[in-house]
Amino acid sequence: MPGDSILHRMDPRAKLVASFYYIGIIFLARSWPAYAVLFVFTMSLVLISKIKLDFFIKGVRPLLWLILFTVLLQIFFTRGGHIYWQWGFLTLTRYGLLNGAYIFMRFVLIIFMSTLLTLTTPPLSLADAIESLLKPLKAIRFPVYEVALMLSIALRFVPTLMDETTKIMNAQRARGVDFGEGGLFKQMKAIVPILIPLFVSSFNRADDLATAMEARGYQGGEGRSKYRILKWQTMDSLAMVAMAILTVILIVLR
Amino acid sequence: MDITFKDVSYTYQPGTPFQGLGLEHVSLTIESGSYTAIIGHTGSGKSTLLQHLNALLKPTAGVVQIGDREITPETNNKNLKAIRQKVGMVFQFPESQLFEATVQKDIAFGPQNFGVPEAEAMARAIHMVELVGLPADVLEKSPFDLSGGQMRRVAIAGVLAMQPEVLVLDEPTAGLDPVGRREMMALFTRLHEEQGMTIVMVTHQMDDVANYANHVIVLENGQLAKSGTPREIFADPAWLTAKHLGLPTTTQFAQALIQKGFVFDQVPLTEHELAAMLQAQLPSKVGERRE
Repeated sequence: MPGDSILHRMDPRAKLVASFYYIGIIFLARSWPAYAVLFVFTMSLVLISKIKLDFFIKGVRPLLWLILFTVLLQIFFTRGGHIYWQWGFLTLTRYGLLNGAYIFMRFVLIIFMSTLLTLTTPPLSLADAIESLLKPLKAIRFPVYEVALMLSIALRFVPTLMDETTKIMNAQRARGVDFGEGGLFKQMKAIVPILIPLFVSSFNRADDLATAMEARGYQGGEGRSKYRILKWQTMDSLAMVAMAILTVILIVLR
Repeated sequence: MDITFKDVSYTYQPGTPFQGLGLEHVSLTIESGSYTAIIGHTGSGKSTLLQHLNALLKPTAGVVQIGDREITPETNNKNLKAIRQKVGMVFQFPESQLFEATVQKDIAFGPQNFGVPEAEAMARAIHMVELVGLPADVLEKSPFDLSGGQMRRVAIAGVLAMQPEVLVLDEPTAGLDPVGRREMMALFTRLHEEQGMTIVMVTHQMDDVANYANHVIVLENGQLAKSGTPREIFADPAWLTAKHLGLPTTTQFAQALIQKGFVFDQVPLTEHELAAMLQAQLPSKVGERRE
């Protein structure tokens, strides 16, 4: 999502590390005050990003069933505390309710934070960040450049493949295919006329890309200079400090 | 089967930051039996307009009347098959839609979707291969073993096998060699003249517009800039240049001749017309110079 907030301008490495760290420390919180702090912190980041809240709520929607299922499990199967209601093996206890609420908060906070990361960072910058963060693994002969290249190519071709899929679906629709209609078998059969052309064109495209890269002298990542240079700024160091402070607060409040 | 647009607008992804305008208050009619060319530079809304012709897209405002069916923003996505059968659509680079094991099966795929029995669809395929000018032995080959130009003919045959009344083509000659292009255009002329098929074609080749079309629609920024006969459209070279569109070679040639003192009552469109108009003027010209 295009934008020009402080979060958009941060170093993708800092954002990646901070987001993962944040998701980790969410599990430290075991009390209402701790969750309140996390909630306020996340919401202020959402505000700073200047992205509409709708997009974050949309991020929660696909996981809604998983969240509901987990929360209900917690509510009905946690024992302890005052019992409000009981029916066979199902019990509604104070701790159960509390745990359910905590789990719900955790889910929402984690989804909001990861949505924030993906909405403020272009996918290619994320790939750069991963490459940069994986660099130390070269010592154990991990193919960092290759993995990074695979990642950037995969990300780069997601929109292209989506365009291609729409195009081919339209072409087959024009030839009388109904997508999303009929029984399961009929729907599965309708996918064949999309998948085969997509495979063929992906292989052709991969071939063309390899030729084009070779023609421009690509010979592996070693010693290759970068077009997008990652710059660690004061803001990024401050973000790390903020994370440290947040950790301390959470430990105190837990 | 006439296709009429009544004040049609189309917005891409409305209500998101990626919202974009595809068409804006377009009203036009594509008459049954016409050979319509749609021109306009990249991003003018040509492809968006095309996809309304067989209800792949529904207008976000206005009405598209296709034969006796009205497509409005509220139209249900079901029961549109009849339209798709009557309006055959050949997309840009249609060779990318081939998928079957043999050419014959691929051509028969469309008709079978519209309920034609397999035996008849296969028989139609044999006929279509001949119609698009491919040798009969390609029928049993895999479409992926053919050359690019042949694959495109197979794709077009696949659409023609549906026996549409209207044939919609999005830059059907893009990327073909000159001979392939001429043969392809000759095929469409044959379908238009012999079978009375309505042809709608998006093209950047002004020569094709001048030579084949009898109705031209000019789009700009999703709006209808002008519509009329090729002669009306090409009569105003300055206007076309302002719209980033070119002139057919014949008209360009005539323009150059006008600068040299030749007079044309109307814009010549085909080479034959140009030759005839020149012939009428040349003897006197030559005579004058001799004196």
